[in-house]
Amino acid sequence: MSSEANHSNNSNNNFVIISNEFNKNNPEITTTLAPPNSRHDHPLVSTFSSSSRLASPPLTKTVGSPGSPSTPLRRKEPEPPAFEKGIASEISANFGQMVQIIFIKPLRIKLAVEPPNIVKVATFLRDNLGYDHESVAGTDYPKDDQIEVIYHLGSYSREDLAGQVLSIATRTNRDDARLPTLINVYKSVEYHERETFEMLGVYFEGHPRNERFLLPEDWADIPPLRKEFRIKGR
Amino acid sequence: MADLEDRINESQKMGMQIIKESEDDRLMTLSVGPQHPGSGHFRFVVKLDGDYIVHCDPDPGYVHRGEEKMTEYRNFIQNIPHLERPVIHDSTNITYSYSLAVEELTGIEVPRRGQFIRAIASELNRQVYTLYWLAIYGIFLGHSTMFMWPTGDRELFIDLLEALTGARVTHAFNIPGGVRNDVPNGFKDRCLRQISYYEKRLKEYEDIFYNNPLVRQRTEGVGILTKEDAIRLGVTGSVLRASGVPYDIRKAEPYDVYNEIDFKVQYMKTADSFARAYVPFLDMRESCHILRQLLDKMPEAGEVRAKLQANPRGPPGEAYRRVESGRGALGYYIISDGTPKPYRVKISVGSFRNMLALPHLLVGAKMGDMPVIYWALNYWPVEADR
Repeated sequence: MSSEANHSNNSNNNFVIISNEFNKNNPEITTTLAPPNSRHDHPLVSTFSSSSRLASPPLTKTVGSPGSPSTPLRRKEPEPPAFEKGIASEISANFGQMVQIIFIKPLRIKLAVEPPNIVKVATFLRDNLGYDHESVAGTDYPKDDQIEVIYHLGSYSREDLAGQVLSIATRTNRDDARLPTLINVYKSVEYHERETFEMLGVYFEGHPRNERFLLPEDWADIPPLRKEFRIKGR
Repeated sequence: MADLEDRINESQKMGMQIIKESEDDRLMTLSVGPQHPGSGHFRFVVKLDGDYIVHCDPDPGYVHRGEEKMTEYRNFIQNIPHLERPVIHDSTNITYSYSLAVEELTGIEVPRRGQFIRAIASELNRQVYTLYWLAIYGIFLGHSTMFMWPTGDRELFIDLLEALTGARVTHAFNIPGGVRNDVPNGFKDRCLRQISYYEKRLKEYEDIFYNNPLVRQRTEGVGILTKEDAIRLGVTGSVLRASGVPYDIRKAEPYDVYNEIDFKVQYMKTADSFARAYVPFLDMRESCHILRQLLDKMPEAGEVRAKLQANPRGPPGEAYRRVESGRGALGYYIISDGTPKPYRVKISVGSFRNMLALPHLLVGAKMGDMPVIYWALNYWPVEADR
């Protein structure tokens, strides 16, 4: 646990440095920066609270309909693009408070849902909006005592969604990490969820095989992608 | 029959246990790999009923290196050399989307000339990877000429990449902010010369391999993956395009300069092993057109990379960026907590996604068709394990 404390100290120090740099460049930003050592210095919490800071650095990113020539866009204003906004409003019109929209960026939308609702939301996204599954990523947040599992959804079936990635994030308790499986909605999550089970110890209820997959058969340690697992010598 | 029952009764009196033949006894369990030369560093257990595969269970992980965990200990730049290890034959593409994601997080802008050189290296590497794959596919179909020719022609592209990057296979060429160095003198002419030679060779490949009646007999109609199943199983790359879905990240979400390039997404509708073997070939041919355009449009002079601070970092946030690699969409999901080291890196690779199609296609197929189906999936075990 001591190594973990070191890690958090480091990140706080760096955080202060960054805020100084941003002071010079953009005076507005400092107002949204949370003070170090508070709960808000957590990466995801700060993402949730201040989307304007995320949008501030100049980025080259291609936008527009797939295949059409488009010029690189400097994303300076936080105003989200109309197409993505339309999708997000369609989702919130159906689910209201059940779905929390974390950010809307060009080609990217992120939603957060509570674990009991994720199957319902994913079924809606598949049947009504035409999203197909792409990838599953789990992230450990020891400071929040939570594990976040995020499903990235792309679309093969709808041409105007081809470049879009919609991600649904859901969080579970670290000590008793359980989530409902999405295997009945997207068959393709089967191996991804199995990998998340062994790497982060999230049990997917309803998944036929919460078993070892990539790790050695005699693996007898904690799930390796949890933050308290340290590589030897590091 | 009475004789048999007598014998069973007699044996039971003597205390023997009689095991009657069950469904399981008819089946033979066979482990393909990890030492089998046809599987790569990968094992899948099949159950055979006579010649037919009735059950298939993939068992990856023999080359799992914990790439995702390792990234958390190194800063954004230090991560590049080890991140290309999962697929050294396509090392430019696997670091391409990583660089794109880091650029999005840190707000680095890539100079225009750097974007072109990146795309050129990426297309050259796509040829290297696909030729390597084609060589292996050829030898497992018993076509040893198709092993020798691509292996030889692959050297041309390796030489080009060596001139460009300084290394033969593991280039570590893409960095956040551009590429490591500029193109050498005379690179454009050399590249164009080799492409024209290579396009002639591709015609010969088609004649000797893809139009070969034996190859067609072995691959056509074998392992049908319908469009609906391909979407449901979430496959990507050539496997998806062979099932009639014209989906290519270079078209769907053009990165860097790909929106200025005129090319067609290559796909087929027959959805069998032949289509899955032919689509990468069509991709190679289309890639030659892309390379010509890239070399033509590349600015004559200019910066090739942006100036970076010693430890690039950005505000806390996350990015998910994808490129089209030799095996399909290759995405990086990176979470940054504001420090120079990433908080979490998830590598979403095509091989891992295509693995789900393996049991789907093998169950019901003949064991003799196993190499035809397995290798057409464009599966790279090391990449899937990460």
